[in-house]
Amino acid sequence: MKTTFASLGILLCSFLFIAATPDGAYAPGSKATDFKLKNIDGKMVSLSDYKDAKGFIVTFTCNHCPFSKAYEDRIIALHNKYSKLGYPVVAINSNDKSIAPDDSYEGMIERAKEKSFPFVYLYDESQEIAKTYGATRTPHMYLLKKDGKNLEVKYVGAIDDNSDDASAVTKKYLENALDEVIEGKEVTTNSTKAIGCTIKWKGTK
Amino acid sequence: MNHRILIFILSSLLPLSFTSSAQVREVKFNTIDSLLHLSPDMPVVINFWATWCKPCVQELPYFEELHKNYSASGVKVVMVSLDFKRELESRLKPFVQKNNMASEVLLLNEPDYNSWINRVDSSWSGAIPATVIISKGKKEFFEKEFSSYAELENSLKLHIHSLKKSN
Repeated sequence: MKTTFASLGILLCSFLFIAATPDGAYAPGSKATDFKLKNIDGKMVSLSDYKDAKGFIVTFTCNHCPFSKAYEDRIIALHNKYSKLGYPVVAINSNDKSIAPDDSYEGMIERAKEKSFPFVYLYDESQEIAKTYGATRTPHMYLLKKDGKNLEVKYVGAIDDNSDDASAVTKKYLENALDEVIEGKEVTTNSTKAIGCTIKWKGTK
Repeated sequence: MNHRILIFILSSLLPLSFTSSAQVREVKFNTIDSLLHLSPDMPVVINFWATWCKPCVQELPYFEELHKNYSASGVKVVMVSLDFKRELESRLKPFVQKNNMASEVLLLNEPDYNSWINRVDSSWSGAIPATVIISKGKKEFFEKEFSSYAELENSLKLHIHSLKKSN
């Protein structure tokens, strides 16, 4: 009987764990993988190329999504502030262009030019990186910290608490996490959720 | 007791049914929370969507059809828009009017998404479309797009059947 309860408990726990991190999506504490993806300038980029970086603000984003657009200026500001402190933005578009034509590689080049992105904007054409990280929507942020050769996930989620109006933001979730990581503190809020456009996966509508 | 709460909430939504289809009521999360905590005799279907969300717009006709076919039997369809508040007049209302939406349309103006997404369902990542079906003692959550009217209707029917069994 006890065994039944114990196994039921384990089953329940594993279910809850699965429910919280679908498909093994990265959560705070996960080790993140590096990648090699094509930047808008045609060059291949890996996180290991950034010898001096202390970590990265990896953002899954795209060209067409209103939430991504609403956050573009804030992502640029984040890069300008934090790349100097060792945490550059690395933007990745994983959307399937047959579902979202604006999110093609050419569309990325165009959008980056329009907005003068100061950071790299990489094309995850195979969608492998979005799948590995467990990104589900745009924008979806991952704060990574270098730990020797490893990359540790320190924060996953939203940029702040108001996508519509930057001037009405009261909680800067990502910046707070960045400041805490830079100060060597534990991240108080290391995971948040946000409404966003779904990542447009190949083979779906 | 549950009946009273249901009547209270539904009657607060009622003015929408008698005015032009382009009426959209702006609400805070407590309105949605009340709906989520109902234990209604007939299911309440809540869909989270936005005009800019392509898969949401694709499945929208299924919810409209559900409303048309089941509202007489007491099923409630509530379409919760996550459009930006600043686009209520310029985008959401014209969209609702153009598509002759007959279901209730609410604009959820609650920008700190992180404060309420888990209260809808802890498994929800925040991607839309997402749908909740609530009936007596049962809540079912879907983070996906329904591929057909039949698929949505079957999900509703399962709730109706279990309600009939328990009565």
